[in-house]
Amino acid sequence: MNDRILAVEGVSKRFGGLQAVRDASLTVDAGRITAVIGPNGAGKTTLFALISGFQTPTGGRIVYNGADVTGMPAHRLAMRGMARTFQIVQPFAGLNVLENIAVGAHLRIAGRAAALAAAGEIASLVGLEHVLQQSAATLTVAGRKRLELARALATSPKLLLLDEVLAGLNPSEIRDMVPIIRAIRERGVTVMMIEHVMQAVMSLAEHIYVLVEGHVIAQGPPAAIVADPRVIEAYLGAGAAARLAGGTHGR
Amino acid sequence: MNGSGFFSILAAVAALACIPLVIDSNVVLNFLVTALLLTLAGQGWNILGGYGGQYSFGHAAFFGTGAYATAILQTRYGLNAWPAFAAGIAAGAGAGAAIGALTFRSGLRGSYFALVTLAFAEVLRIIASVAPITGAGVGTLIKLDVGPRALQFASRASFYWLILALVAIALVVTRLIAQSRFGAQLVAVRENEDAARALGVDATRVKLGAITVSAAMAAAAGCFYAQYFLFIDAPIAYGPWISVEALLAPIIGGVGTVFGPLLGALLIKTLGEAAKLVTGDAPGLDLVVYGVVLIVVVAFAPRGLAGVVAGFRAWLPPPRKPGAGVHPA
Amino acid sequence: MHLSILLPAVVNGVLTGALYALIALGLTLVYGVLHIINFAHGALLTAALFAAFFMHKTLGVDPYLAVLVLTPAFFVFGYGLQRFVIGPASHGNDGNILLVTLGLAVIIENALLFAFRGDTRTIDVAYGFSVVAVGGMFISVPRLIGFGGAIVVALLLWLLLGWTDTGKAIRAAAKEKLGAQLCGVDVAHIYAVTFGLGTACVAIAACLLIPTYYVNPHVGNAFVLIAFTTVVLGGMGSIPGALLGGLFVGVVESLCGLYLGESLGQIGIFLMFILVLLFRPSGLLGERA
Repeated sequence: MNDRILAVEGVSKRFGGLQAVRDASLTVDAGRITAVIGPNGAGKTTLFALISGFQTPTGGRIVYNGADVTGMPAHRLAMRGMARTFQIVQPFAGLNVLENIAVGAHLRIAGRAAALAAAGEIASLVGLEHVLQQSAATLTVAGRKRLELARALATSPKLLLLDEVLAGLNPSEIRDMVPIIRAIRERGVTVMMIEHVMQAVMSLAEHIYVLVEGHVIAQGPPAAIVADPRVIEAYLGAGAAARLAGGTHGR
Repeated sequence: MNGSGFFSILAAVAALACIPLVIDSNVVLNFLVTALLLTLAGQGWNILGGYGGQYSFGHAAFFGTGAYATAILQTRYGLNAWPAFAAGIAAGAGAGAAIGALTFRSGLRGSYFALVTLAFAEVLRIIASVAPITGAGVGTLIKLDVGPRALQFASRASFYWLILALVAIALVVTRLIAQSRFGAQLVAVRENEDAARALGVDATRVKLGAITVSAAMAAAAGCFYAQYFLFIDAPIAYGPWISVEALLAPIIGGVGTVFGPLLGALLIKTLGEAAKLVTGDAPGLDLVVYGVVLIVVVAFAPRGLAGVVAGFRAWLPPPRKPGAGVHPA
Repeated sequence: MHLSILLPAVVNGVLTGALYALIALGLTLVYGVLHIINFAHGALLTAALFAAFFMHKTLGVDPYLAVLVLTPAFFVFGYGLQRFVIGPASHGNDGNILLVTLGLAVIIENALLFAFRGDTRTIDVAYGFSVVAVGGMFISVPRLIGFGGAIVVALLLWLLLGWTDTGKAIRAAAKEKLGAQLCGVDVAHIYAVTFGLGTACVAIAACLLIPTYYVNPHVGNAFVLIAFTTVVLGGMGSIPGALLGGLFVGVVESLCGLYLGESLGQIGIFLMFILVLLFRPSGLLGERA
């Protein structure tokens, strides 16, 4: 499928004197996994906040499924099928795992029993089926990340925004999460992810946007991005691309 | 959680209903009536504060509106007591919706929400103390007219059964909310409002629903107060005493639980009576005791009596193998 | 309304407002540093008023002298409350702090009610009714002294916070608690010192108030909301804001009393309070809520 599910057109966000996002544009095709990468402080999470309705852009517009949703509040976007996870996980600490996921399920399901049942199924998808009665506050970081994912999945989204869902996980936990994300895409959910863990980005993403100082400086498939001198310089400093090229020849 | 099923509610209400059949003492019945009155008001606070996590310091605003509405409709407009009672509940619910609409749309939370509810209650108290329609400083007296038609009963037991019925309804409503989608969304908003919004919960609408139900219950308590005591004035209707007691009962008994306010109200009123026994009728000591209990509960038992009971249950299973972690309740 | 009636009302409002500002100073200091809303503030004022009253009645000490004793005494009291009650009981949870300070308010106010009954009392001092002629108006001397006292205290606080080591520690703990701890600041102690300072402000305000005001256990309630209105108007955590806010509130109350009658005077304040909270909770000069 090549329908455009999301189009961000020239979006900007200013906080007083700070220009967090500057004229950023990107598109996400339905059914693909798109990644947004960039050095720390580039404005990636702010961009997500703008897209998902937690902040209002000071310029530009956001088109989701063909409709202009600029400035629409988060809960209405969720009803339209856009779900997100948070960089700093936000579990409902006083509830157990099943009840957490059920809150997401309730978006589409009114009955309590049916919502809890649906939540149980989603829990199996992310591997939380053995801790359903455990309090969310007692989960490990990896467990909380999976819970974050499960809750968002329970809303039956069409577009899932993942904000650094792999941050804080050790290599084996990352290896366990990657197939889960891939399976989500297999279910027909479009995934857009902010990520720093490059091995995961390379293996998952079909299209990458690079955000530096609030602006998109490059985009393309993973192989092209890795070789792009602008991207190398964004991470390693000015002149790094040339140095790297010179160094490789010198060996 | 399983303990508060509908069967438990039925059993508790049935047990309480039998009391006037075995105990003849007016003193005891009066004590129970005031405890149940507090339970009703506290159950209202519990919906907004316990389940919803929005701590109101001005529930007197709803209690007093119910009380004055029912009293004024009877004394100045000759309305029959029963529709006046219903109108009082509606008026209180309306006040809740109005205050909720103003404050939640502005995004007020936490301490600011507590402050603004305090302010609303105070404004109402000042207005009620000077406005002619409420009788200003003199207050409003409902004419004595004993008989079911005027919602005034000869026997204290009948009043007791009336307030018990209201409390039973409140318990059932609470249970229904706790097991519903609305309740799940309300609790999610309490735990983490942003995460709830990301999951499609319209936080403002949910909180508005909660404050309306909460205010309706508090107003019902106010209407009953007016019928039982037949006199209200500004400090009684809108005074801090009811705002404080309405939040104490659920906090001591267990916020966010179905039976919390009932347990808390019984404990508070018992402590109050005990304090009076020790010192005679000097005003103030009972509230001092309440304040101390509040601090003690917050410091040592934040989940209230219900939490203490649940904690005991967690201690009961046989000891686990050494080295195994302890799972929190 | 003639200027000859309006002007004294405004001046009266300013004089009263300075005392509101002094009461609010303690509140805004506690909020700015500990980030808690101290619901017990009004009850502490009531306690201080009772203390000043009894020092005069039983020991014959003039309030302006009593302030020398009561200020350190209430500083210690406030220090103890924060260090040994509020801090430990609330486990750092905001919702709990709210409830603990409410509990303290209930305890203090009702303990006073229980001990001293609900009667309203006043004291009689020689200068209680002295006036001085300024312009075409007669201004009450004790209220003028109160005005001066409030300004002096605000200045002293400002100096303390800006120029002393303790003040710097307080400002550090307010801005960044963890960082301050890493620099060796004993945050629990500093928090308690701040709370003590706030309580001391209230003690000074009580001594300045008592020559012209009355005392009963419910006085605190009246002042709690006024203090909050002042703080919210001027901005939570801002000392100049508390000063300006106090003056503004005093004038508004005075004018409302003039136009609406005494008993409704306070309504103007509370309605203003609600409006500010709804539309601009950061106040005129303060940090974002």
